[in-house]
Amino acid sequence: MDLHLTPEHEMVRKMVRDFAEKEVAPIIQEWDRKGEMAPHILPRMAELGILGICLPVRYGGQGFDYLSLGLACEELEVVDTTLRVIMSVHMGLNSLGLLQWGSEEQKIRFLVPQARGEKVAAFGLTESGAGSDVAAMASTARRAGDDYVLNGEKIWISLATKAHHVLWFAKTDPVATDPHDGISAFVVETALPGVSCGDLHGKLGVRAGSTGWVSCQDVRVPSSHRLGEEGEGFRIAMSCLDNGRYTVASGATGLIRASLEASLRYAQERRTFGRPIAGHQLVQQKIARMVQSYEAARLLYWQAGWLKNIGRRNTRETSMAKWFATDASVEAALEAIQIHGAYGYSDEYPVERYLRNAKGAVIYEGTSEIHTLMQAGYALGTRTDAALRLELPAYDAAAWQAAAA
Amino acid sequence: MNVVVCVKQTPDTAASLSVKDGRASWGDAPLVLNPWDEYAVEQALRTKETHGGKVTALSMGPTEAREALKQSLAMGCDEAVLVTDPALAEADSLVTSAALAAALRKIGDVDIAFFGKQAVDTDTGVTAAQVARRLGWPSLTLTAAIPALDPSQRSITVERMMEESRQTVRAGLPAVVSVVKEINEPRYPSFMGIRRASKAEIPVWSAADIGLTPVPAAVLSWPEMIAPPKVEVSCEFIEGATPQEIAAQLVSKLFEAKVI
Repeated sequence: MDLHLTPEHEMVRKMVRDFAEKEVAPIIQEWDRKGEMAPHILPRMAELGILGICLPVRYGGQGFDYLSLGLACEELEVVDTTLRVIMSVHMGLNSLGLLQWGSEEQKIRFLVPQARGEKVAAFGLTESGAGSDVAAMASTARRAGDDYVLNGEKIWISLATKAHHVLWFAKTDPVATDPHDGISAFVVETALPGVSCGDLHGKLGVRAGSTGWVSCQDVRVPSSHRLGEEGEGFRIAMSCLDNGRYTVASGATGLIRASLEASLRYAQERRTFGRPIAGHQLVQQKIARMVQSYEAARLLYWQAGWLKNIGRRNTRETSMAKWFATDASVEAALEAIQIHGAYGYSDEYPVERYLRNAKGAVIYEGTSEIHTLMQAGYALGTRTDAALRLELPAYDAAAWQAAAA
Repeated sequence: MNVVVCVKQTPDTAASLSVKDGRASWGDAPLVLNPWDEYAVEQALRTKETHGGKVTALSMGPTEAREALKQSLAMGCDEAVLVTDPALAEADSLVTSAALAAALRKIGDVDIAFFGKQAVDTDTGVTAAQVARRLGWPSLTLTAAIPALDPSQRSITVERMMEESRQTVRAGLPAVVSVVKEINEPRYPSFMGIRRASKAEIPVWSAADIGLTPVPAAVLSWPEMIAPPKVEVSCEFIEGATPQEIAAQLVSKLFEAKVI
């Protein structure tokens, strides 16, 4: 067993950290207040290669492993959750789904520009009446000759107004005996006629990001844009979530670290009863607990990243990492505010933003309740993961780094 | 252009310095490429991008200094060389400059040697000038801009950062140029650069390899370091019913404290 990061991992981490600290940290509060994404963020993340970090070089990516993706997400979310959300949808939920399920032609057409950051990608699963209950979705895809005609509206879509491609889930068989088997997946280009989108405002957190709705009205897509087979959509969506949840887990680990670092700073500056508050045992208890959460969350996502690297199914471990890290990030942010006292309650310090951002992640990509039930199911033997027709490929350094033929 | 950038591995600037048994200690702070040297690496890379040629990163230090060289490679340097030798462990800047000058001679045909203006740990700021003196090259320190560089005419013009002004200086090549942070914005390493750097085998030269035998003895040592007494700052809020009342109280307090 070796838990050392390689020098390559360390350099990736430092590079992403430097970007987030220098180019985003100084302006994030302003954009969080405005409720908009700072316009330079996506172009810079594209230019630096972050948007293609763990995709093979031959598909326009940077050829790094899945652990590097987690490390990058941790560093991004230390500065702001919205940076990590970009990686969750663009990479975790969409691009890795294309890598796993896409035909060579689809990879060339859609994955390459996404890996290069020329196109931004989102994930359209949730609807107003279908969150945890995915099979309740109302979106439809009707076969029309060699095309499909898509209708429906997706909501709570990250990067809704930024994305060029949406991985879109809709029912090709609305009357399937098992409604899960009636769902298919499509790549929808948002420039197509009939696609519209907008951002939602009034959110508790992730305010410096784009969260919105995407609607398809009689949108025609060729059948060659269907990902996987007809009826395979639910399994595709769940496999995408295995990767999205990994980015949420690693990001939430970063959010715990942000709460911890802010608390360490403040507890050593602020004095009460003649000494820094760090000298008080109840403050120490909060800090110790954050350290514990941080290290446990980090080990859990490292484990998930390692499993991905060696090509082993990791639905259980990824769910565990996501569940633990997001719950712990809410707790850490709450305690960080408590340590900051009244100052923590105002946006003079970043900890209130950490709390607002943390709360979203115990809801999206599987609520904490869903993950609780999943873990109980695995423990009781009532839940097992059936093999998929196509699994996420194991990381192979030589194959990932080989240039296009 | 044959460009060399001399770099040092230093503790992270976020690390706090403490005095332990009369010696400076940064605890277990992470070691990084000296932040001032990032500007030097950037300038070396820009010089190559404009004029062609190659950039070699050169460091003298313990074997761990390889990491600073890897960071330089990740940013885009073509090659790196580490000079390390037990006899150089206690080097002062005079010894360091002898080693770097010898290594620059061994590299050969160098047109420009870039340096950061100083290292964040020892803060002497004289190594670049000493290297220039040893090589007999012009010493262009505190460079904030390079408005002209003409390899065919073997000339370089730099703006040196002075207090409240800039001084334009012209010199011939080869030259030593130390840079200040106003000169550029250092790039991040690219992912491709990181991969190349992590696989790179960095040649290691001993004192004998660079012909520095015997290694001269250091003329400076740090027999003692004293931590400055901590300044205790206390903050007091003056309250009052009206601004006038608060101002009056403030004035009397400033009188009491003999500030005014």
